[in-house]
Amino acid sequence: MPTEVLMPALSPTMEKGNLAKWLKKEGDQVKSGDVIAEIETDKATMEVEAADEGTLGKILVPEGTNDVAVNTPIAVILGEGEDKGSIKTAKPVQQQKALGSAPPTKTQKEQAKPQDSPAPKGAKAPAAPAPQAANAPGIPEGTEMVTMTMREALRDAMAEEMRRDKDVFVMGEEVAEYQGAYKVTQGLLQEFGAKRVIDTPITEHGFAGLGIGAALSGLKPVVEFMTFNFAMQAMDQLINSAAKTLYMSGGQMGCQIVFRGPNGAAARVAAQHSQDYSAWYSHIPGLKVIAPSTAADAKGLLKAAIRDPNPVIFLENEILYGHSSPVPKLDDFVLPIGKAKIARAGNDVTIIAWSMGMSYALKAAEELAEAGIDAEVIDLRTLKPMDTETIIASVQKTGRVVTVEEGWQQSGVGAELAARILERAFDYLDAPVARVSGKDVPMPYAANLEKLALPSVTDVVEAAKAVCYR
Amino acid sequence: MAVAQKNPSADAKAVADFSKEQELSAYRAMLTIRRFEEKAGQMYGMGLIGGFCHLYIGQEAVVVGMQMALNDGDQVITGYRDHGHMIATGMDPKGVMAELTGRAHGYSKGKGGSMHMFSVEKGFYGGHGIVGAQVPLGTGLAFANHYRDNKSITITYFGDGAANQGQVYESFNMAELWKLPVVYVIENNRYAMGTAINRSSAEVNLSRRGLSFNIPGDQVDGMDVRAVKAAGEKAAEWCRAGKGPYILEMLTYRYRGHSMSDPAKYRTREEVDEVRTHHDPIDMARHRILEKKLASEDALKKIDGEVRDLINQAAEFATHDPEPDVSELYTNVYR
Repeated sequence: MPTEVLMPALSPTMEKGNLAKWLKKEGDQVKSGDVIAEIETDKATMEVEAADEGTLGKILVPEGTNDVAVNTPIAVILGEGEDKGSIKTAKPVQQQKALGSAPPTKTQKEQAKPQDSPAPKGAKAPAAPAPQAANAPGIPEGTEMVTMTMREALRDAMAEEMRRDKDVFVMGEEVAEYQGAYKVTQGLLQEFGAKRVIDTPITEHGFAGLGIGAALSGLKPVVEFMTFNFAMQAMDQLINSAAKTLYMSGGQMGCQIVFRGPNGAAARVAAQHSQDYSAWYSHIPGLKVIAPSTAADAKGLLKAAIRDPNPVIFLENEILYGHSSPVPKLDDFVLPIGKAKIARAGNDVTIIAWSMGMSYALKAAEELAEAGIDAEVIDLRTLKPMDTETIIASVQKTGRVVTVEEGWQQSGVGAELAARILERAFDYLDAPVARVSGKDVPMPYAANLEKLALPSVTDVVEAAKAVCYR
Repeated sequence: MAVAQKNPSADAKAVADFSKEQELSAYRAMLTIRRFEEKAGQMYGMGLIGGFCHLYIGQEAVVVGMQMALNDGDQVITGYRDHGHMIATGMDPKGVMAELTGRAHGYSKGKGGSMHMFSVEKGFYGGHGIVGAQVPLGTGLAFANHYRDNKSITITYFGDGAANQGQVYESFNMAELWKLPVVYVIENNRYAMGTAINRSSAEVNLSRRGLSFNIPGDQVDGMDVRAVKAAGEKAAEWCRAGKGPYILEMLTYRYRGHSMSDPAKYRTREEVDEVRTHHDPIDMARHRILEKKLASEDALKKIDGEVRDLINQAAEFATHDPEPDVSELYTNVYR
């Protein structure tokens, strides 16, 4: 049967175009792939290729015709043994299959959309599933607690997971022979050897991508960034390759990988080395984001992160590395990702913080107690998925909220917390949510200015008093 | 280390003849890609395929020849001009076409599209949409093979455009430093979108791009499937022997625009016609087959018909397969 050649679209939004030129004339032999015509719009020109072999039987739209609707038949190709007489029975190429017996019309493009789809245009998206956090495993009563620095807790977590699983390896700048720029990987090279503790060149974009490639093939890399300030060089790989591949592959292929290192301000290292990326990473579907404040949480959550089948961003803090706190002495201490912790119970105001922000929050709570204000302090621990339930339960109790972060205010984690609280606990609020954050400036170097740019205990205390109208 | 740096025509001449079976199977494989891409272009024009659609027409000999040089367990990764690689690694044209139309039984359940398809089973690791990003990823796949000491190698494809991305050189450095088994196949089709290679690259001989890392490189006639296979075998052997990475610059050409909406003002029709008429990988294979009487005109016609049926079935499937269920919106974000 003769086949019709239809006016093609240059883009999904194109509705009509001009038939600029015929490169074949009636009676010419054409074979698949031959350019037979040129069409153009105001934006571009495009060649029309024959998809079938045969003779160009009839040109239906002459060259120079403007505003030809997409999917209008523009020519007919005759197969072997067919003549012009059979042209009126021509079937439009492909549409015959796509559309049953519907003749090609101006509305064809619409019709070409699948008819049997369960998702017609404008279909309502189903409700997003609620994030599930595993139940917190209890620490058995009488468990011995060992005081150690966060640095040691992180090292122990990596060492334990490397002993447990040969697919786990550590790579990054100065992680092996130098023993870690901040000594977090101390001793790992000696125990696990150079094959599993790998010094990389200074090449963040490259080794982040290499680590993700290794993870796509089933290894479980722990990639250290000397600081997350340098991970901006690797941002494309973290977002476009690590976070999105599982979804883009329809679940076929994902990557089990941890990116860890110090985040946020250290001290007197100025603007390029002092940024808090909490909000950046927690914006991205496909990533999990963890930011612990104690040695025990650092250990239990890093072990969980290494075992989690998804890409995890593990935000540490240089100042906290040297802080000591008790860690349970257990063979396998793993904490659930996505579960906040009530670090201090109280009734008058909820202070929400994580990582370094917890230092300000807990000191502020002590000062507030002296002033007769009983603050509850929530340590988020995981920024994504966020434990909204724990936050809402606390706000329902206190009716007043202060968020604390080192990052900037606009589109920050505090802004997200405020929005969730408005959505879920508006009627319980006795005051607007207050945000304590880094000031809206690049981090200054001068000691006095740096101090002003960062949140402080005083800022938190004042914000808490303000929401309590005191 | 001495770096292999040869005259491309010399490389092209050093081509072993194919057996009858090799000629015919390469012919069929290249034709399958060509017909698939023609059909995809046609379906795009009809609005059945959306977004970006980068066709591989003209470059078929590269992926088909390389695939003939590989072993089971080897891996392939590439950028966004990727349909040919999927077909060549043995992925089902139905699943590929259904992904292009965004349907439920596409390789990524319709959630990836033209640039994001994968088949772990066939050793195909994508399908990556950011120019050059697949190069560190492929180097990482090779890292994993090295870590596991499993003798598999990774073929990492990228184009002349991606060859100017910084992460390519970050990858070259680590690959040679750690002797990773990766073949970097640069598909030089002369144009990075609309920019001719001499307008974008200070060194247009891309096989030399590994020089400062001590990575050997050859230029190969990427329009001759026999030359590609021979070069691929040489590079694969190098990698399997633990000598580290190897670069193959495939001199090839794309007949179509960069993507579907390409005004193609940057080159002449004569240039395109010259390649199509005199260097087409499929026509050349066909002529060799007939000239050496490896198969009759009728036998080739039979292959052509079988290929056309296969592609028509894929198009039919991809047109009628339903769109993904709305419940798929929130699946596969985490596992």
